[in-house]
This record gives sequence, structure tokens and C-alpha cells, in this order.
Amino acid sequence: MVTSTTALELAPRPGRPGRARAFVGRLRSGDEIAYLITWAFAASVLLITCLIVYELWDKSALPRHKFGLHFLVTSVWDPVFEQFGALPFIYGTLVTSALALLIAVPLGVGAAIFLAELAPPRISDALSFVIELLAAVPSVIYGLIGIFVMVPLLRKYVEVPLHGAFGYLPLFKGPVMGVGFLAAGVVLAVMIVPFILSISREVLLSVPVDQREAALALGATKWESTWKVVVPYARSGIMGSIFLALARALGETMAVTMVIGNNPQVAASLFAPGYSIAAVIANEFTEATSDMYVQALIELGLVLFAVTIVINALARILILTTAGRGTAH
Amino acid sequence: MGMRTVWRKAVNILMFSLTGLATLFTIALLFFILGYLLWYGGRSVSWNFFTKLPTPVGETGGGMANAIVGSGKLLLLAALIGVPVGFLGGVYLAEFGGGTFSFLVRYTADLLNGIPSIVMGIFAYTVVVLPMRHFSALAGGLALAVMLVPIVLRSTEQFLRAVPVPLREGALALGASKWRAVATVVVPAGFRGIATGILLSLARVAGETAPLLFTSFSNRFWAPGWDQPIASLPVMIYTYALSPYEDWHRQAWAAGLVLLALVFIITTGSRIILSLGFQSSRSG
Repeated sequence: MVTSTTALELAPRPGRPGRARAFVGRLRSGDEIAYLITWAFAASVLLITCLIVYELWDKSALPRHKFGLHFLVTSVWDPVFEQFGALPFIYGTLVTSALALLIAVPLGVGAAIFLAELAPPRISDALSFVIELLAAVPSVIYGLIGIFVMVPLLRKYVEVPLHGAFGYLPLFKGPVMGVGFLAAGVVLAVMIVPFILSISREVLLSVPVDQREAALALGATKWESTWKVVVPYARSGIMGSIFLALARALGETMAVTMVIGNNPQVAASLFAPGYSIAAVIANEFTEATSDMYVQALIELGLVLFAVTIVINALARILILTTAGRGTAH
Repeated sequence: MGMRTVWRKAVNILMFSLTGLATLFTIALLFFILGYLLWYGGRSVSWNFFTKLPTPVGETGGGMANAIVGSGKLLLLAALIGVPVGFLGGVYLAEFGGGTFSFLVRYTADLLNGIPSIVMGIFAYTVVVLPMRHFSALAGGLALAVMLVPIVLRSTEQFLRAVPVPLREGALALGASKWRAVATVVVPAGFRGIATGILLSLARVAGETAPLLFTSFSNRFWAPGWDQPIASLPVMIYTYALSPYEDWHRQAWAAGLVLLALVFIITTGSRIILSLGFQSSRSG
């Protein structure tokens, strides 16, 4: 493709006569037009983002004015009497995401260390393609496998034994149903591992080799050089990947909706059915009849948007700083 | 060897074994997912699945022909709206941009990429469904298009930057204007990568469910045109999986297998095309 472009093709061709020629001539010499067109499309990215913010803000005016900040801290969700408090959903979102991170961070960072430091490059690249496929699995398919395969397994082999052994702790109290905070946390963990893994691996690979060599030359074992030199060097990039994964977990909808149990409550037990912000939007949006109800759901979307934007912004900055440090050498 | 050295070597082996286990476990997850889908879905996929409409509740059989076509239409619409915006924006960033504005666009695109897909659904709902007063393929396509833009934009920029600078200089030295050099030399040189990026972005939004729930909604029949609610594979999987009917569960697995096959074929295929391209350009 590259070589097929010859000088002949690039040479100015004789233009068509008359007005068309003048137009073509102006266009040909006028880089400004190409510049303006592409600029406009680049600017549309900013425009779309502003429009999203405006629409979310504008279309959630009713509950914002009626409930103010109480929206975030009260837990009555009653469409009939138009009382809306988002606390159970915020709680569910935070608990499931925290659970997901608890499981996914050791797995993802551990595997990233293995792929970046120990595995031969060929195998590392092949496996990271497998990870890429894992990241490409649509969330509704995670939900499908979640309700039909994972929830029964989780109930039988994890929740029932835990309940039997530690049932007196508030964390493991109450009836064991399979669906609930724990199930949602586990599905989320599986979904975000690929993100943590692939970004952490890249960040680790960008750490200069002389850092490792210096540590090894001082007599450190391979693990000591990895854990005490390479990982601290890549720390902010790894944190960035965790933040990105957290933002994904907070906003993840389908898989969570299918396994969390859809019951708006603030419960200490991990086995209890809960609800998340994204799940309640997915479930109730088409059923919402009054303006107040729809707008309360849109305000939930606004909350989700604001939280994920802030976390994403932090994550990007963290990854940028590490990447910048890596290339500075 | 002192105890200390033995201990340090033991820790070395233990910790790396643990990281190996973590890797093994993560890789195994993919094969579990594939295995279950092939096992449950493979038994349920039939010719009827691709050619028949869904049957009424209580009747077994039928298929998801309308949802397959529906997903295709939604993706086409998303590509028609989203790809030009992302592509031309990417050309700007790689070829004409620089400075604060470019940084802002790039950063915003990354943020846009991280916004939960359900929020895109709300956005499409407020700008299309509310004014039209009903669900439509158009609204669903728009929601997916907004998701495409940042992905296409960033991948286009990335692959254009990978085009060697001497190619541009050669074109300019021959008297081509800047935009002509971009249009006839730089973009064709990066074409393979750009196309791959577009395919990957389509694979990613093909499985999106949340932004379609209240934009394109669903439909148990054919939906001609663009202004009616339309069925799509992901939404069908969701509704069928949560239904109380055994037969619908089977169909959900079949649809899951078809959707995953579609996503994996596009992802793997575009990867292969890209790697072949790089090898030939290296050796040539």
C-alpha cells in the first residue's frame, strides 16, 4: 500500500475548467479546509461530552430540587409516593466494587508480574492475547454464566460452608440464596481482572531494564528485585490500572443486574440480595411512569457519571505519569 | 548457605509460583466461559435459530432471526454515525493537532471511553426517545455510536502516528499540499491499522446491552425502518435468561454462543490481519 503511491499520483493534475477548477484549486491549496473539517470533528468529542453532562443535569432537575443532597443519604425508594433515596444503590455499588477489587487486584497484579517478569516474551504475548479475548466477552454473557453456572456453584461450595462455619458473624448471617452482594462481587472481579492485568503488564514492561539489573547485581533474588524495585517503580501505573478497573466495576450493569438479587437494602451480610445504581436504572427505567420517577433514575445516572469521571481522570493521570517516567530514560 | 539465603530463595520460588497460579487461573476462566457456552449453547443452536422469529410465550421452538438482523442494523447505524466522527477527529489529532486543544480532546476521549454504557443509554434516551416519544433503532444506534467515537478516535490517531515521518516528507517534497499528503499517503499507509481499530470497536459495542434497554428496547417481530423498537441479540439474551421458561433459557445460551462467536471472530480476525500486515511491511 505504501509503495503503490507514486510520485505521478502526487503530481498536480490538470484541473477541470471554469468554476469547478477554481473550487478544486482553492481546496487543493487550502489546507485550511481540511484542517477546519477535522478540527470540527475533534471538537465534537468535547461537544458530545458537554451535551451528556447538560442532559443528565437538565433532565434530573425535579428530584435534585425536591430532595437535594438527601437523595444520596436516605434509603426510601418508593415510586408510588415519589420518595427517592439512593443510599441502598450507592451502598450496593460500593460493596460489590470493593469485593471485586479485593479479589481481582491480587489476581491481576500477580498474573501481570508473572507475564512481565518471568514468562518468555513469546508466551507472554500469546497469553496477553487470551486476556484480550477475556476482556472482549460481553457483560451479558458474564451475567448468563453468572446466574446459571456461577451462582449455584458459589452457593453450594462457598456460601453454605462459610455460613456453617462463621454464621454468627454479621458478614455471613442470614439465609443463603446464591444471588446477592457476594455473587455480584465475584462476577465483577472476573470482569475487571483482564483490565488490571493487561495495563499492569504494560506498565511493568515499561520499567527500564537497568533498574532490574542494578537490583540483581546487588545480590537481590529475582523476586526481591521485582517486588522491591520494579513494582514500586511502576506503582502509580498499577494504581492507575486499578482505578480504571474500579470505574468499570462501578458502572458495570448487566452482569450485576442478573446476579445481585435486586433488593434495595443496606445489609451487612454478603449473602443478602442487594441492588446497584446501574442495576436499578436498567431494571426500572422502562417501568418508570411519572416524570419524578424517570428523573430520579436519571439523577442516579448523573451520580454514576460523576463518580466514574473523577476516578477515570485520576487513573489517566496516574498512568500518564508512569508512562512518562518510563520513556524519559 | 546460611538460613537467610535459603529463606530468601524459598520466598523467591513461592511468590513466583503464586503469580504463575494467578496467571493460570485467569487463563482458565476464559476456557471455562468458552466451555460452558459451547456445551449449553452448542446443543441449542439450530437452523431455526437463525431463520425463525421468536414464538409466542408457551410455544417451544422458534429462533432469533429478527434479533440477529436487528443487531446488524444497530451496528451499521452506529458505524455510520460514529466512525466518521472518530476517524476524522483522529486524523486531526495525529496530523493537524498539537497543543492544549489536542490534549483536551485526547483526554476527554479517554474519559468518554470510561463512562458506563448505561449512561450512554440515558443520554440517547433524553435526546432521541423523549422528543420522539417512543423507542427506536435510531436511539439505540446513537447510544452505540457515542461509545464508538472515542475508541475509533484513539486507535486512528495511534496508527497514523505509527506511519513513518519520511513518507509525509516525501509527499510534501513532491509538492503535495498537507491535506493531500494526508489523504493519499499517510491514511492509506495506516489504513490496515485504522480498519482493525474500527473492527475492534464494533466488536466491543456489539455485545453492549445496557445502552439498548431503553433506547432500541426490544421487539418480537421484524422491525422495518429505523424508527421502531428493534430486537437485538444482547437484549434478547438478557430477557430470555431472566425468564421462567426452560426453552427460553436454551435460546439464551444459543444466542450467547452466537454473540460470543461473532465478537471473538472479529477480535481474532482483525488481530491476525494486523500482525500479517506488520510482518509483510517489515520484510518488504
